[in-house]
Amino acid sequence: MSPAPLVRVQDLAKRFDVSAPWLNRVLERLPRQVVHAVDGVGFEIERGTTLALVGESGCGKSTVARLLVGLIEPSAGAIHFDGQPLAGLQGAARRALQRRLQMIFQDPYASLNPRWTVEDIVAEPLREHALVAGRAAQRARVAELLQQVGLAAADAAKYPHQFSGGQRQRISIARALATQPEFLVCDEPTSALDVSVQAQVLNIMKRLQRERGLTYLFISHNLAVVRHVADRVGVMYLGRLVEVAPKRALFTTPRHPYTRMLLDAIPDVHMSGRARTPVQGEVPNPLSPPGGCSFHPRCPHANARCQVERPALLTVQGVQVACHAVQEGRLAPAAGATA
Amino acid sequence: MSDTPPLLEVKDLVVEFPTRRGTLRALDHVAFTIAPGEILGVVGESGAGKSLTGAAIIGLLEPPGRIAGGEIRLRGERIDGLPADRLRRIRGKRIGAIFQDPLTSLNPLFTVGQQLVETIRAHLPLSEAEARERAIGLLAQTGIPAPEARFGQYPHQFSGGMRQRVVIALALAAEPELIVADEPTTALDVSIQAQVIALLKRLARERGTAVMLVTHDMGVIAETCDRVAVLYAGRVAEIGPVAEVIHRPAHPYTRGLMGSIPAVDEDRDELLQIDGAMPRLNALPAGCAFHPRCPAAHARCTHERPELMPAGATRAACWMVQAEVPR
Amino acid sequence: MKAALARWRDSDVWHSFRRSPTAIVAAVIAALCLFCSLFAPWVAPHNPFDLATLNLEASRLPPAWMDGGHPSHLLGTDDQGRDILSALFYGARISLLVGLASVLLSLVVGVALGLLAGFVGGAVDAFIMRVCDVMLSFPSILVALLIDGVGRAIFPDAHDTLAFGVLIFAIALTGWVQYARTVRGSTLVERQREYVQAARVIGVAPLRIMARHVLPNVMGPVLVLATIQVAAAILTEATLSFLGVGVPPTSPSLGTLIRTGNDTLFSGDWWITIFPGLMLVLIALSVNLLGDWLRDALNPKLQ
Repeated sequence: MSPAPLVRVQDLAKRFDVSAPWLNRVLERLPRQVVHAVDGVGFEIERGTTLALVGESGCGKSTVARLLVGLIEPSAGAIHFDGQPLAGLQGAARRALQRRLQMIFQDPYASLNPRWTVEDIVAEPLREHALVAGRAAQRARVAELLQQVGLAAADAAKYPHQFSGGQRQRISIARALATQPEFLVCDEPTSALDVSVQAQVLNIMKRLQRERGLTYLFISHNLAVVRHVADRVGVMYLGRLVEVAPKRALFTTPRHPYTRMLLDAIPDVHMSGRARTPVQGEVPNPLSPPGGCSFHPRCPHANARCQVERPALLTVQGVQVACHAVQEGRLAPAAGATA
Repeated sequence: MSDTPPLLEVKDLVVEFPTRRGTLRALDHVAFTIAPGEILGVVGESGAGKSLTGAAIIGLLEPPGRIAGGEIRLRGERIDGLPADRLRRIRGKRIGAIFQDPLTSLNPLFTVGQQLVETIRAHLPLSEAEARERAIGLLAQTGIPAPEARFGQYPHQFSGGMRQRVVIALALAAEPELIVADEPTTALDVSIQAQVIALLKRLARERGTAVMLVTHDMGVIAETCDRVAVLYAGRVAEIGPVAEVIHRPAHPYTRGLMGSIPAVDEDRDELLQIDGAMPRLNALPAGCAFHPRCPAAHARCTHERPELMPAGATRAACWMVQAEVPR
Repeated sequence: MKAALARWRDSDVWHSFRRSPTAIVAAVIAALCLFCSLFAPWVAPHNPFDLATLNLEASRLPPAWMDGGHPSHLLGTDDQGRDILSALFYGARISLLVGLASVLLSLVVGVALGLLAGFVGGAVDAFIMRVCDVMLSFPSILVALLIDGVGRAIFPDAHDTLAFGVLIFAIALTGWVQYARTVRGSTLVERQREYVQAARVIGVAPLRIMARHVLPNVMGPVLVLATIQVAAAILTEATLSFLGVGVPPTSPSLGTLIRTGNDTLFSGDWWITIFPGLMLVLIALSVNLLGDWLRDALNPKLQ
C-alpha cells in the first residue's frame, strides 16, 4: 500500500472579481466580470517527488502556487497537507504548518528586502519560529544554510545588491530551507536567470531533494527545465488541468492536443529543423473563455461536443487527460513525438 | 567565403562607459559581418554586451556610453560617428529595429495605422492614401486578420503577439536592408514565440532583408539564424554557422553553455554547469576573460588575450584551438 | 558603524553632494544657522531677553556701519534696547524648534497613517484618503489659526509650554497629509513585491511586516519631504507669530521680531524688521535648496 500523498488538492478554484467600480457599473450599465483564474484543479504529490505545473501566461499556475502556501484564500475546493486540511487553520496550528511548507519566488531582485543584510534575511524564519537561541547560534545556523547552497559564510554580512541574480536565488533557497520544511513551492525559480546560472540553481535543487527527501511543486513555462526536474507533469490551460502524466509519458507520448502543440512549438536548441505543425491562434481572453472545452477554438480535433461539454480529467492508460477526443478514442497518442 | 561585399561590417568595435570609478569597457573589439539577406544571431548572457551591440549599430547608445573605437560600415560607408540628422535618416530607412517589449515600442496614444503611415511617409515619397494602402498590406503580410479594421485600432486593443507583429510591420515599413531585433520574442508565450519567429524568418527571406537577432535564447537562434556570434564579457568568444556552433562548439564557454541547456528530448541527471559567474565590467580578468572559469585554461590564457582564430568550421577566441587535434 | 560610514562615503548620494556647489553652500549656511541658534546663549554677544541687561538709552541704535551705530551692537537695537543680532539667534532658535518639532510630529502621524492605509487597504484606506482630501481643501494658515484660537479659548491662562504645544500641533496638522499620501503610494507598490510575500509565507505578522519590511523601503521620499517641509513650517510659524497668534511674546521668534519691527518700519528704523526677515529667508532658502538637492540625488531616474 503506497503511503498517503504529502499534498492533496481537490477541486481547487479561485475567482477574482475584476468588475469596474460600483459607480461605473451603475452609470455605464457594465456587467460584473469575474476571472476564473483557477477552475477546478485537483492533483496529488507524493512525498519526495516533484510535480511540475506548466502552461503559458494566464493559465493559473502561479495562482495555484499562491493558493497552496496560503497567500490567497481559495474560492472553493480543499487543500490537504499530510492529511490535514489547510482551510480554517489558525494560530499555533497554522504556524506549525508554515514551518513545513515554504516558497521560492521568481524574481531574485524583488524577493529579498534590499535594506536587510543577508543574515537578517535568512534568519527571519528562524527568529519568527524561535528555532535558535541567541545571536551566536543564529549566525552559525545562517552560515550553515549559506554553505549548503554554495555560498560563503562571510556573505551573511553583505546586502542583496552585492550579489548576482543566481546568487540571490540561492539566498532565497537558503531562507526557504531555514525551517527545514518538507514541501517547497517553487514559482518559476529560474525563469529570470541566465542559462548557465539556471543550471547551477537546478543542480542545487535536485541535490537538496535527494539529500533531504524534499517534495517540490515546480511551476514553470519552460518545458525543457521541467523535463529536467520533474517526476510528474501537469499541463494547465486557462485555469484547468488538461493533462497530468509521469514525465516520460508526457514527453514521449503527449495526449492532449494542447500538450502536443506546446511541445511542437518550443524552439529547441537540440531539435531544430524538425517538421512541425504550425500553431494556431492565441490564448483567449480569460474574461470570456470559450464554452465547453476551453481549448476547442484552437484544436484541430474539436467536434460539436467539445464546444458545449467541458471534459473531465479522466485516467486513460495511466495518464490523466481532459479531452473528449482522447477519451472517445478519436485521437491516438502521438508516438515518438520527442523520444 | 562569398565575394559579395557584406551588408554590415563591424570591426574592432569598442564601447565605453565613463563612470566616476573609471571607464568601463562594455564592448571590447567586437567584430563580425552580416551578408545581405543573412540572419545573424548575437547570443550571450546578461552583461555580455549583446544589447549594446545592437544599440551601437542603430546609433541609440544611451549617454554616457559612447563608441570609443572601431568602425561600423553599412554597404561600405561608415555609420558610426555620423551627425544626428544623417543617422536619423539611415535609421528607419535602411536599418529597422524591433525591441523586446511590444507594449512600450508602440505609442499608446496613436492608432497603429497612424504610426505605420507616419513611418512610411517619413522615408518614402508616398501620398497619404498610398501610404495607407501600403500599411494595410504590411499588416496583412504580418498575419494580422482583418487588417483594414485593425488599422484604426490602438495598441492596447491588440494582444502581445499581435502587437509584436505590428512592431515587425513598422520595422519593415520603409523596406530596410537590415533589421536589428533585440529579444523580440522574450516577452511572449511559447506558442506565440514560434509564430513570430516563423514570421520574421519568412519575411526576411522574401524581401532579402538581413537580420541581426540579439537574444539569450539558444533555441530561438537554432530555429532562426544562419550564423551566430557568442558574446562573453563584451568580447566575441565564438562565431560561425549555427549548426556548427551548437553541435560542435570549439570555445570552452560555448561548450559549457550548450551543456547547461536542458533538453526537451532527453533525460539527463545533472546539467553541465560552469562554476562562477560572468565577470563584472569593472573586474575583468587579464588575458582571456573566461580563463577563471575555464576547465582547460593554462598559463598563456591568464595574460594574453586570444584573438578569433579558425577552429574547424567556426572561429573561436581561444588558445586551445590551436593545439586542438582535428575533431 | 565604520562599515556604514564607509558605505555612505562611497555612495552616490555623497558623491552628488560633493559635486553640487548649491548643496554645499546651502548645507553650510543651514549648519551655521543651526549652530548659532542651538548655542545662542554662548554665541550671542548679548542676551536680549534678560531685562536686567537692557539699557533703554541704547535703544533704536542703527547698525554698526551707519552713523550713530555702536560696534557692540553690530546690527543695531530695537526700541527697547535689545541687540538685534542676539535677538536673531534667540529668535531663530525658537523658529527652528517649532519648525522641527512640528515636522517631526506630522511625519510620525503621516507615515503611520499612510502605512496603514496602503497596507490594510479597503475601507480603512478609503477613509484615511478622504480625511486627507478634506484636510487639503483647507488653507494651512486658516487651519493653524483655528486650532490656535480654539486652544487659547480652552486654555485662556495657558502656560507657555502649552502654548508652544498648541502651536506645534497646529502646524503639524497642516503638514501630515503629504506624508500620508506619499507613503501610501509607496506602500501599495512595496506590498506587492515578493519580499513582502516571502515574509507572509514565513508567517510574520502584518504589523511586523509593515514596520520592518515596508517602512525602511518607503522612507526615501519622506526624507526629502521633511527637509522641504521644515522650511514651510518655519514660515508658517513666522506668519502666525506675525499675526500675533504664534509663540508667546516672552519667547519671541523671528516672526515676532518682524512684527515688532513692522511698527517702526516707516519711521526709519528699518533694521529692526529687515534683519529678522533676512534671517528667515536665509534659513528657509538653505533648507529648501538642501531638500531640492536631496530629491534629485535620491531620484534614480535622474542619475
